[in-house]
Amino acid sequence: MRRFTFFAILIIAAMILGACAQPAKAPTQASEPATAPAGAKTSISIAGSTTVQPLAEKLAGEYMKTTQNVMIDVKGGGSGVGVKSAADGTAMIGMASRKLSDEEKTAHPDLVATVIARDGIALIVNPDVSIENLTLDQARDIFMGKITNWKELGGDDEFIILVSREEGSGTRTAFQEMVMKKDKDGNENLIADTAILQSSNGAILTTVSSTPYSMGYLSMGYLDATVKALKINDVAATEKNAADGTYPVVRPLNFLTKGEPAGSAKAFVDWILSDAGQTIVKADGYIAAK
Amino acid sequence: MKTMRQERFIVDRGIKYILLVFALISIIVLFLIGLFIFRQSLPALKTIPLSDIFLKTEWRPTMDRFGILAMIVGSVMVTIGSLLLGVPLAIGCAILLAEVAPRPVQEIVRPAVQLLGGIPSVIFGLFGMVVLVPLVRQIKIAGNTGFGLLSASIVLAIMILPTITTIAEDAIRAVPQSFRNGSLALGATKWQTITQVVLPSARSGIVAAIILGVGRALGETMAMIMVIGNSVIMPKPLNGNPFTIWLRQARTLTGSIATEINYAAPTHESMLFVIGVVLFILIMIVNVIARSIIRSSKH
Repeated sequence: MRRFTFFAILIIAAMILGACAQPAKAPTQASEPATAPAGAKTSISIAGSTTVQPLAEKLAGEYMKTTQNVMIDVKGGGSGVGVKSAADGTAMIGMASRKLSDEEKTAHPDLVATVIARDGIALIVNPDVSIENLTLDQARDIFMGKITNWKELGGDDEFIILVSREEGSGTRTAFQEMVMKKDKDGNENLIADTAILQSSNGAILTTVSSTPYSMGYLSMGYLDATVKALKINDVAATEKNAADGTYPVVRPLNFLTKGEPAGSAKAFVDWILSDAGQTIVKADGYIAAK
Repeated sequence: MKTMRQERFIVDRGIKYILLVFALISIIVLFLIGLFIFRQSLPALKTIPLSDIFLKTEWRPTMDRFGILAMIVGSVMVTIGSLLLGVPLAIGCAILLAEVAPRPVQEIVRPAVQLLGGIPSVIFGLFGMVVLVPLVRQIKIAGNTGFGLLSASIVLAIMILPTITTIAEDAIRAVPQSFRNGSLALGATKWQTITQVVLPSARSGIVAAIILGVGRALGETMAMIMVIGNSVIMPKPLNGNPFTIWLRQARTLTGSIATEINYAAPTHESMLFVIGVVLFILIMIVNVIARSIIRSSKH
C-alpha cells in the first residue's frame, strides 16, 4: 500500500512538472470563417467603448431575436480597448466612440471603421449648480483649470470639482478634440490634472450626481435625471439638436473590423444600418449614422 | 528484491526530492515574473531618460510625458497614512485578543477580524466610494472633494488591519508565559508587563506583521482606484494648514497600471512595466528594512 501511494505521488508530480515544462500555447482567437455552415451557431465578439456598449448590447439583443444561430457578446473597456482588440483579433468587432487617430491608422492599416450611429457629448453638472448655459470657450477654460469657482460664472461661491475620463477613453479624446482644442501654437489645451478620473461613462454619472458642485462630460446616451446637462451657446443637449448640427459636440460611434466587415459581422452591421437598426439607435438616445 | 529498510529509505528520499521540486517551482515562478516584468520595461528605460521618469511629475502618455514621481509619492503617502491609522488599531486589537480579553470576547472579536480579512478589496472600494467619500467631503475646506489620500488611507487601514492583527497576535502569544510570570512576580502591573516585557519580546513578530501590512497596502489596486481620485498630481496642502495635504487627490502606482494597461501604446505599455519594476523594488526595500529590524532585535 505504501509503495502504491509513493508511486501515485511520483506520477502526479511528474504530470504537474510536465504541464509546467510545456511552453504555454496561447490559443489565438480565430476569427470566424466567412462562410459558416448553415445551422452552426456563429458567435460575434464585440469589445470596446463604454459609450457604444449599451447601444451595442441593445442592438445585439434585438438582432439575436430575429436572426437564428448567432450569439453576440459585448464587453466594455474603453475605445482604446476597442481599437486594440479589433487589431489583434481578440474581438471580431471593436467599438470606438471616436475617429481612428493617424497613429492608429498607420499602425493598423487594415482596420476599417463603420459609423453605426453618432452621439453627442453633454457637459453635466451636479443638480445643485445654478448655471444653465456655457460657451465652448468657457467650458474649455473650466476644464483647463483657468476658471476655478462657480461664482466666476455667476453661480455660488464654490470650488468647481472637475471629473474626467481616463486617457484611453474615446469620450475623452472626442472631448479633447472638440471642446479643449489647441492653442495658437498648436499645443493641446490640456485638461487640468486636478480632475478626478473615473474609468467609464457610468462612473462619471455616479460621481457627478453625488459630488456637489462637480462638472464632467458624458455621452448623451447616458444622460438621466440625476445630473443636469448644460446648454452650449444656448443650445440644449438633446438628440434632436445633436442630429441637426446645432449642438456642437457630436462624434461618430464606430464599429472597427479587420478589413471590411465580412460574414456574420457584415450581416449584423448591415442590419444596424438598415431602418430596423437605426430605429433602435434613435430610441436609445443616440443619433442616426447618416 | 529490496529489503524493508531500503524501501523506507527510498520513500523518504523520494518525498524529499519531490517537495524540493515544489519549493523550486515557487522560486522559479518568482524569478520568471521578475524577469518578464524587467524585460518588458527595457524598451521604455532605453528610450526615455531616467531623470524624466523618476524626477518629473507630469504623466501624460499621449504626449510622451512619463513622469512617475507623483505616483510614487501617492503610493508612499497612502501607505504611510494607512500605517498611521491601522497599526495602532491592529496592535491594540492583537494585545486585546492575546492578553486582555476574556474568552467570550475573544470568540466574537477574532472571527470578526478574520472575516474582515476575507472580504474582497473591491467591496472595500465600494464602501469607500459610497460611505467614506461623502463623509470626508463633510470637512468643509475649499478643494476637498472627498476623494483623496484621507479616504484612501482609511480604507487601506481597514484592509491591512486583519493581516497585522492575526500575525501580531500569534507573535504575542508566542512569548513564553514565564516572562510574564517573572514580570508580575517582580511587582509590575499587567499593563507594565505588556508594554515592557511582552511587546519587546514579540518585536520581531510584530514587525513582520507590519511588513506584511505594508506589502498589502503598497499592492492594493482596486479599492484605491475607487476612492483616491486618480489625479496625477503631487499632493500639496489645500491651504495654509499642512494637514490638508491628506485631502488632496493622488494616484497610486498600482492604479496607473490597472487603468491604463488595456489600451496602452507600446512605449506607454513598457512604461507601465517600469512602474511594475518600481513596485517590485519598493517591496524589496521594505523587506530588507524588515529583515534588518528583526535581526537587530534578536540581540
